[in-house]
Amino acid sequence: MSNTVTNHNSLENPTYPQTDLTLQDLAYRATQIRKAILHMLLKAGSGHTAGPLGMTDVFTALYFAIAKHNPKDPDWRDRDRILVSNGHICPVWYATLSAAGYFPESELATFRAINSRLQGHPHLGSLPGVENTGGPLGQGLSQAAGIAKAFKIDGSRQRVYVVTSDGEHQEGQTWEAYMFAGAHRLNNLTVLIDRNNIQIDGYTEDIMPLQPFKTKLEAFRWNVLDIDGHNLEAIIDACHQAQATQEQPTAIICNTIPGKGVEFMQDLPEWHGKVATKDETKSALQQLRTLEGNIICES
Amino acid sequence: MKVNSSLQTTITEKSERGSIRDGFGKALAELGATNEQIVAVSADLTESTRLNYFQEAFPKRFVQVGVAEQNLIGVSAGLALAGKIPFAASFAVFSPGRSWDQVRVSVCYSNLNVKIIGGHAGLTVGPDGATHQALEDIAITRVLPNITVIVPCDENQTAAATKAIAKHVGPCYLRLSRAKPVKITTLDTPFEIGKAQLLKEGSDITFVATGIMVEHALLAAQELQAKHNVSVEVINMHTIKPLDTQALLTTAKKTGTVITIEEHQKIGGLGSSVAEFLSQEYPVPMQIIGIQDTFGESGDADDLMEKYGLTVQEIVNQAKQKLHIS
Repeated sequence: MSNTVTNHNSLENPTYPQTDLTLQDLAYRATQIRKAILHMLLKAGSGHTAGPLGMTDVFTALYFAIAKHNPKDPDWRDRDRILVSNGHICPVWYATLSAAGYFPESELATFRAINSRLQGHPHLGSLPGVENTGGPLGQGLSQAAGIAKAFKIDGSRQRVYVVTSDGEHQEGQTWEAYMFAGAHRLNNLTVLIDRNNIQIDGYTEDIMPLQPFKTKLEAFRWNVLDIDGHNLEAIIDACHQAQATQEQPTAIICNTIPGKGVEFMQDLPEWHGKVATKDETKSALQQLRTLEGNIICES
Repeated sequence: MKVNSSLQTTITEKSERGSIRDGFGKALAELGATNEQIVAVSADLTESTRLNYFQEAFPKRFVQVGVAEQNLIGVSAGLALAGKIPFAASFAVFSPGRSWDQVRVSVCYSNLNVKIIGGHAGLTVGPDGATHQALEDIAITRVLPNITVIVPCDENQTAAATKAIAKHVGPCYLRLSRAKPVKITTLDTPFEIGKAQLLKEGSDITFVATGIMVEHALLAAQELQAKHNVSVEVINMHTIKPLDTQALLTTAKKTGTVITIEEHQKIGGLGSSVAEFLSQEYPVPMQIIGIQDTFGESGDADDLMEKYGLTVQEIVNQAKQKLHIS
């Protein structure tokens, strides 16, 4: 009919998910992404460290083993959508997108600098692969639910994944969106919650408790899974379980260790919103080298 | 700019009136038949905003979010991300009132194709009182980059504006009133986003009005002509953003005096917008008629307009003062 159809060839063969990847392959990629995060934060001189390191395994599983997408055709019509609501963890988003082939790794060095495509909080339209604008907390789940609803209206089988933080569940809009997605039975929607228990002012359960978290989400008519957010196999299994769930959207509570992979950052709220010095980065990278391939072995 | 021959600018007691929200609701249902991408998103005000016409015709493309205006705009952003053209309707006090951050981040910064419909705007909501009288919505929308802001003057223009924003790609805010003003435009009147409408040519002073105040402006012009032989040029500024600066420049050069008239706070509304332009490009004496930095209250719509100075008489008085007529 027309020549323009040809750029939808990827429809038949999306680059991802790569089904032949072993867990060791994925763990190796996760470590490479963690290194890239530390490098880009050191260069930027500001940003968030704990969240990105804590969610690296989830992003790795999503982009390489779960979602259908094609970095060579970022706007491929039939792709699955991955959104990030807690935009401040964008270093892990950018590093993962770059690792998947959306843009050159060298560009990570421009993060947060003037004239960069890598904005301090993600901006739709600035960078290929970034599917939504996020940062002001609580907005991403609504956006994702809107996309999922549109897919339902169209009878499309595409899926929507959205990453959120535990702290942002203190925003009321999040619960408006849970109510909506539950009522509209958006089983094509999966939320992956970074349950790292920290926020800017301290530990989440001290600032404004979310427990009983799972019960709350279930009360909003969601299918809820509670997993180790560093166990790549568990992350993949949970996403597959979400895909097989009828009538309900799925929330995956990913229990993570903020700052995962770097001992002196792990579990400390102070690393939520700051970056490492040059010396600290050096020692963090050293630790990551010794961790290669080991993360999946933890339970 | 010429006065379009289709316009009915002579207002009498027999002039036909029409419902602005009906103009919106019926036009949207009409659009739904020809454009499959259009969806209607409601926050529990389906009948009040007249989304019911669309809901009845296209139930599968009608999305109910309940009393949740932040989610209304967030979900609409998502629908737009998937290629839909969502019309998200509520009362203006709730959206863009409560939903402003979502309008800013999820819609405008992302430059998404979301149509925000703010119904029951202004004092004329009447008995519901100040909580429900949006007098700030023009200010808080027009300050946002990428958005188009439209305030139609009557039922026919509302229908035309609804069709125009459906075609326009990008965020739009359509401010609607519960009132039933005189039909000044007809089904044959052209409507173009960003192009002001000349309703009456004049040489002594210009009235720039928007929304339901356009009718008042025409009546004031009629009275000034009849009683004081003042020739008033009347412009319907239905698009607040992008502002038709060419029309303003032309009329300011012609008459040398401009009065703006709106059912909105003086701060940040049509008057501010016109003043921002003229003060920098072609300063002329100006008067802004609107709400003077106060909230409204309960009451009959006409009584409220009288109490807060949004009357034909007030416009006549301000014009006489500006022209030094006693």
